[in-house]
Amino acid sequence: MSSVKIENITKKFGEVVAVKDLSLDIKEGEFIVLLGPSGCGKTTILRIVAGLEHPTKGKIYIGSKEVTYMRPKERNVAMVFQSYSLYPHLSAYDNIAFPLRIAKTNKDRIKKHVMDTATLLGINDLLHKKPRELSGGQRQRVAVGRAIIREPSVFLFDEPLSNLDAKLRVQMRAELARLHNELKVTSIYVTHDQVEAMTLGERIAVVKDGILLQVGKPMEIYEDPKNAFVASFLGSPAMNLLQSEKYKFLSKYGKDKIIGIRPEDISIVKSGIEATLDVAEMIGSEIILYLKLEDETIIVKTDSHTYAELKPGSKVNLKLKEDRIYLFSATTEERIKNN
Amino acid sequence: MTRTKAITLYVLLVLGSLLALLPFYWMITTSLKSPVEAVRFPPTMIPENIVWQNYPEALRVAPFGRYFFNTIIIAIFTMIGVLITSSLAAFTFTFIKFRGREFLFISFLAMMMVPLPVYIIPGYLILARLGWLDTYMALIVPWVVNIFSIFLLRQHFKSIPISIFESAMIDGCSSFQFLTKIALPMVKPALITITIFSLIGSWNTFIWPLVMTTSDAIRPVQVGLAYFMQEQSTDYTLLSAASTLVIIPVIIIFFIFQRRIISSYMKSGVKG
Repeated sequence: MSSVKIENITKKFGEVVAVKDLSLDIKEGEFIVLLGPSGCGKTTILRIVAGLEHPTKGKIYIGSKEVTYMRPKERNVAMVFQSYSLYPHLSAYDNIAFPLRIAKTNKDRIKKHVMDTATLLGINDLLHKKPRELSGGQRQRVAVGRAIIREPSVFLFDEPLSNLDAKLRVQMRAELARLHNELKVTSIYVTHDQVEAMTLGERIAVVKDGILLQVGKPMEIYEDPKNAFVASFLGSPAMNLLQSEKYKFLSKYGKDKIIGIRPEDISIVKSGIEATLDVAEMIGSEIILYLKLEDETIIVKTDSHTYAELKPGSKVNLKLKEDRIYLFSATTEERIKNN
Repeated sequence: MTRTKAITLYVLLVLGSLLALLPFYWMITTSLKSPVEAVRFPPTMIPENIVWQNYPEALRVAPFGRYFFNTIIIAIFTMIGVLITSSLAAFTFTFIKFRGREFLFISFLAMMMVPLPVYIIPGYLILARLGWLDTYMALIVPWVVNIFSIFLLRQHFKSIPISIFESAMIDGCSSFQFLTKIALPMVKPALITITIFSLIGSWNTFIWPLVMTTSDAIRPVQVGLAYFMQEQSTDYTLLSAASTLVIIPVIIIFFIFQRRIISSYMKSGVKG
């Protein structure tokens, strides 16, 4: 188990800058999530830490040792890939045992380790099967098994759950959280799914266009986003962002502002801002209303089931919770503190 | 497919196969004829008297045991060499990035188009310089690199996801361990194909050993067959008997790996 220090990393692929002067300190035993849209450079960062790519500039430390140009095998990191990357000609047992065999561990120890790992992951019955005979979730478990058996100093996860169906994803998410609690190994987890980030991460690092926008605990980032992108990326449905000069009721916030308000911070009242219902989505305990405000869509989340009966086209009056409004500069999209 | 269409197709296929089998039939029947009957005109379809004696006679007049032994030695060592060199080269051309890789690979492929007569004289001169003429070295070493095998294996290696390679690197593999423990076991069918092609190739090689060797102690079977073809006359019955013996091993290999051979020819055809 080790800390990881990413120091002023820049990575260019030809003319394209994938990562721009990015620094990040990851504490020993911490579970950090790199969150961002596809193509934002988060996977590149992970691959640089793994040693699969070399940075154009900057340094990587694992523990106190600089590893920037070391080969992957010299770094003692383990990685779980999105595509699982199991060795198709080997059984689950041999896949899990593979890193230990390469390290020339003795046979009895390998057996004990594989069995312990399999028990931890609940895959004892699958050990004799080949990857093609396993379901997606089972393959992912074997891939995790192969990663943890080496007792690496850092775990790297590259969108490990994105190939699973929704139900399995939730289940595996909980298992990964449990596993981290048991093993307490420093983990870097890459995802574009903000729910995964919020539930798994002890800290979240939001990345966009190769730039680190904000790092912090999930609720810190959710409550106190530094800019409009972070604000809209965390939370589901996303925060509503409205141009201040476009609407009369927002004129008091001044010109050149973006007003952010989360869907749960808008209430439906008898008289207020008038909007027209476009679509109402019933998601069990809550209802999500997509309303037209002039030509823009504003999303409202409410737990009151009475609105489920509303027909598209009906008029609704809205009230924004003033103390929950976020202000951003329309030019830089940076947050302007108003409360 | 309608019934008439199917029947027509089968009739055509049967005729085609008969046509292909005719030379084999002719070879086998000739090997059982007497020398006089073999050259009689019009020819006889079925031997009047079956002369089994041609077989022991063929083996007696030329040292076929030695020829077989030579061919087996050449075939096995060439095959081992081809498997080693094509694995290493295909690995490099697939998994290692370096400047000029594609250019080098295309240059390799271009070499495949150079016909044997073009390089047989330079080949002879090189082997003469090395002092390898009339040795096994002359028949094995120039053939342990086979470009088609490199190409075939590279096509198969390319189907291995790069993440498997990366995952092996992270698991602590060296490139060589990745090749032997992951990549080669994953492309077993291609290795079998290469083995078969190499064995059949060695078995059939004729011009090269004919030029590079002079003594019976080194010559392979195909050259041995030429023993029966003299400038003045050809002993057809003995030649046929010897030829029949020579093709037996190839036929056995073919029957064992029939399906694999057909599918690999199809595959290399589609891909190449």
